Amino acid sequence: METDLAFVWAALIAFAVLAYVVLDGFDLGVGILFPFVEEEAQRDDMMNSVAPVWDGNETWLVLGGGGLLAVFPLAYAVILPALYVPIIVMLLGLIFRGVAFEFRWRTRRGQFLWDWAFAGGSTLAAFAQGIALGALVQGIPVRGRAYAGGWWDWLTPFSVLTGVALVVGFALLGATWLVFKTEGPLQDKAYRFARLTGVGTLLAIAAVSLWTPFLNPAFMHRWFAWPQAVFTFPVPLLVAAAAFVLLRSLATRRELAPFLAALALFVLSYAGLGISFYPYIVPTSVTIWEAAAPPESLAFLLTGAAVLIPLILAYTAYSYWVFRGKVHVGGGYH
Amino acid sequence: MDALLLARWQFAFTISAHIIFPAFSIGLASYLFVLEALWLKTGRSVYLDLFTYWKKIFAIAFGMGVVSGIVMSYQFGTNWSVFSDKVGPVLGPLMGYEVLSAFFLEAGFLGVMLFGMQRVGPVLHMLATTMVAAGTAMSAFWILSVNSWMQTPAGYGTNAAGQFIVLDWWQVIFNPSFPYRFVHMVLAAYLTTAFVVGAVGAFQLLRDRGNEAARTMFSMAMWMAAIVAPIQVVAGDFHGLNTLEHQPAKIAAMEGHFETRAGAPLILFGIPDMARERTDYALEIPKLGSLILTHSWDGTIRGLKDFPPQDRPNALIVFWSFRVMVGLGFAMVAIGLWSLVLRWRRRLYDAPWLHRAAVAMGPAGFGAVLAGWITTEVGRQPYTVYGLLRTADSVSAVAAEAVGASLVAFVLVYFALFGSGTFYILRLMSRPPHRNEPDLPADPMRASGIMPAPAMDAQDTVPVR
Repeated sequence: METDLAFVWAALIAFAVLAYVVLDGFDLGVGILFPFVEEEAQRDDMMNSVAPVWDGNETWLVLGGGGLLAVFPLAYAVILPALYVPIIVMLLGLIFRGVAFEFRWRTRRGQFLWDWAFAGGSTLAAFAQGIALGALVQGIPVRGRAYAGGWWDWLTPFSVLTGVALVVGFALLGATWLVFKTEGPLQDKAYRFARLTGVGTLLAIAAVSLWTPFLNPAFMHRWFAWPQAVFTFPVPLLVAAAAFVLLRSLATRRELAPFLAALALFVLSYAGLGISFYPYIVPTSVTIWEAAAPPESLAFLLTGAAVLIPLILAYTAYSYWVFRGKVHVGGGYH
Repeated sequence: MDALLLARWQFAFTISAHIIFPAFSIGLASYLFVLEALWLKTGRSVYLDLFTYWKKIFAIAFGMGVVSGIVMSYQFGTNWSVFSDKVGPVLGPLMGYEVLSAFFLEAGFLGVMLFGMQRVGPVLHMLATTMVAAGTAMSAFWILSVNSWMQTPAGYGTNAAGQFIVLDWWQVIFNPSFPYRFVHMVLAAYLTTAFVVGAVGAFQLLRDRGNEAARTMFSMAMWMAAIVAPIQVVAGDFHGLNTLEHQPAKIAAMEGHFETRAGAPLILFGIPDMARERTDYALEIPKLGSLILTHSWDGTIRGLKDFPPQDRPNALIVFWSFRVMVGLGFAMVAIGLWSLVLRWRRRLYDAPWLHRAAVAMGPAGFGAVLAGWITTEVGRQPYTVYGLLRTADSVSAVAAEAVGASLVAFVLVYFALFGSGTFYILRLMSRPPHRNEPDLPADPMRASGIMPAPAMDAQDTVPVR
C-alpha cells in the first residue's frame, strides 16, 4: 500500500500549528496579563520567564505558514486572502510584542511605551488569531482556485466569540506558566489570574462547542451521528476531566499541574476542531487531497522533516532545560 | 492605484526593510563566532569584551529581523496567492527546509547564546554561538536558492492545475544563478557587518586612541575590507556574466543599452528614457562595455530594443541602482587599500582621516545591499518567475483598499518601531566598549537578584534585566 503523503502532511502541519498554539500561547498569555501586574520588578520577571524561549515558540508559526505553502499551496492561496485583515493585524501585533522584548531594556523613560507594545501586541495577536480560527471554522467559499468571498466575511459574531475565547485561553496558559515559573507575590497573583481565566476558558469552550455544530450540518453529523459518535463523545468527557484537574490543582496550590491541565484543555479543543474539519483543510470547500502539492514535493520535504523535526524537538527541550527553575522574584528584593 | 501596484509597493517596502537586518545579522553572527573562538583560544579578555559588546547589538537587530521576516512568510499568501498556488510545490519545500534547518536552529540556540553563559559554561556556549551562526548561513542558502530559481528557473515541469512541479530537485536548488548569487550575498553580508564594526571602532578611536577593544575591532574590520571587498568585485563580475547569459534584458537595462551593438561602449552615467528608447546625456567610454561583459573588444551586447516593450524591465531604476551599488563597492575597496597602506606604515590607529572616512562608510554596506537587490529584482520584471509567470498574473484577487490600508500600516509601524530599534542600536554603539563589558541580564532568570538595578549608571539600562 502506498503511503498517503497528504494525510501524513496534514497531521504534521496540524502538529506544527498545535505546537505554535500551546507554546506561543503561554508567552502571548504572559503579555495579555502584563497590564494587570503593576510592580515593575514583577513585570521584569514575567518577561524574563519567556525571554529565552519566545523566539523558538514563534518559529512554529513560520513552519505552519511555510509548511502550508510547501505542501498545501492551494489552501495557503485560499486561506490567506480570505483572512487578509486578521492576518495583517496578527502580524502587526506580533511585531509590536516581538521588538518589546529587546527595546524594553534599552530605555527607562520610554519603558512604559514598550510595556504597552508588549501587552497590546500580545492581546491583539491573540484576538486576531482567534478571529482567524473562527472565520476558518465557519467556512471559506472557493471558486476555481481562489477565494470567492468578500473582505469582511471573516467578521461575524461567531468569529468575535472565538477571538475573545482565544485571548482568555492564552491568558490561562500564561497564568499557569507564571504559577510554574515564579514564586512569592507574583505567583499569588498568577493563581488568582489562573482561577478567573480558567473559569472563563471553560465557559468559552462550552459556548464555541455548542455553537459550532449549528454552523454547518456536516459538523452536526460528525459529532452526533452513529457510529462515529463512539469516537467523538469521549472528547467532552476528557475536557471535563481536564477542567476538574485544573480547578482542583489551583485550589490545592500545585505548581506544574495547572499548566499541564491548561495544555490538555487546548489539545482537546484542538482535537475537537480536527474532528469537525476532517477531511477538509478549507472547510468546507477543499479537502487535504485536493489541496496537496504533487507527491514529489511532499516526499522531498518529508524526508527532511523526518530527520529535522526530532532534532528540533531535542534541542528545544534542551533550551527549556537550560532555563529551568524559578525566575527570581524581583518584587521580593526591594 | 490598483491592487497590483499597491501589492508591489508593499512587497518592495517590507522586503527592503527586512533585508537590512539579515544582511547585518548573517555577518555579525559569524563575527561573534570568531570573537568567542578567539577568546577561548587565546584567553585574551578583549575578545570576550567585544563579544559581549556586539552581542547586545546583535540581540536587537536579530529581533527586528525575526518579526519583519514573519511578515514575509505570510505576505506571499495574502498578496500573491496565485503565485503561491503555482510555485508552492517548487519553492515551498525550499522555504520549508529554511524553517526546519535554519530558523529553528537560530531560535533554539539564541536564548542560550544571549543569556546562558553562566548556566552552560564556555564550551557549550561556544556551541550555541556556532549553531546561531550556522543557522544564519543556512537560512541564506535556502532563501537565495528560492530567489535564484525565480530568476533562472530550472528542473521544473507543469501539471494540469497550472502549477509548477519539480522534475529534478538538484537542478531546482542549484539553478544556474544560485551559486553566484549566494556567494555575492554572503560576501555582501560580511562586508556590511565589517563596515559597521569598522565605523564603530573608528568612532571610538577618534574619541580615545588607546581603547584596546576599539583598536582590535577596527583592525579586524579593516582586514575584512582589504581582503573581502576586492574578492566581492570579482564575485560581482562573475554574477554579472551569469546574468548576461540567462537574463540579457536585465543586463541591457543595467548598462542603459537600447541598441544591440558590437563593441558597445560602457555608459558611465546617463538618463535612460524607456518611452523614447534611448539613454540621454550619456557619458561613454568606447568599447569598454563589450570588454567587461564579453571579455572581447568587439563582443556583441543585446540592447533593450531586442526585447518586446512589454518584456522590458525599467532601465531608469536598474541603471542607477546598479551604479550606486558599484560605486559603494569601489569605495569599500578604496578604504581597504587605504587601511593596508597605513597599517604597513604602522599608523592604522593614528589616522583620523581614515577613521572619519570609516565612520562615513558605516552604512555603506546597507546601501550597497539595497541597491543590489533593487537591481536584480526590478531587473527581473515584468516577471515573478523569469520568462514564465508575469507579475501581473501572480497577484491575489484582493481589494485595493485592503492592500493600501495594510501598506500604510506597515509603513507607519516599521518606521516607528524599527526607527526606535535603530536608535537604541546607535546609542549602544556610541558607548565605548569597556574592560569587563557588562553582560546582558547575565541571566534573565536570576538577574534581578544578582545585579540590583541602582548599581548601574543612568545611561546603561542593560543590567536591570
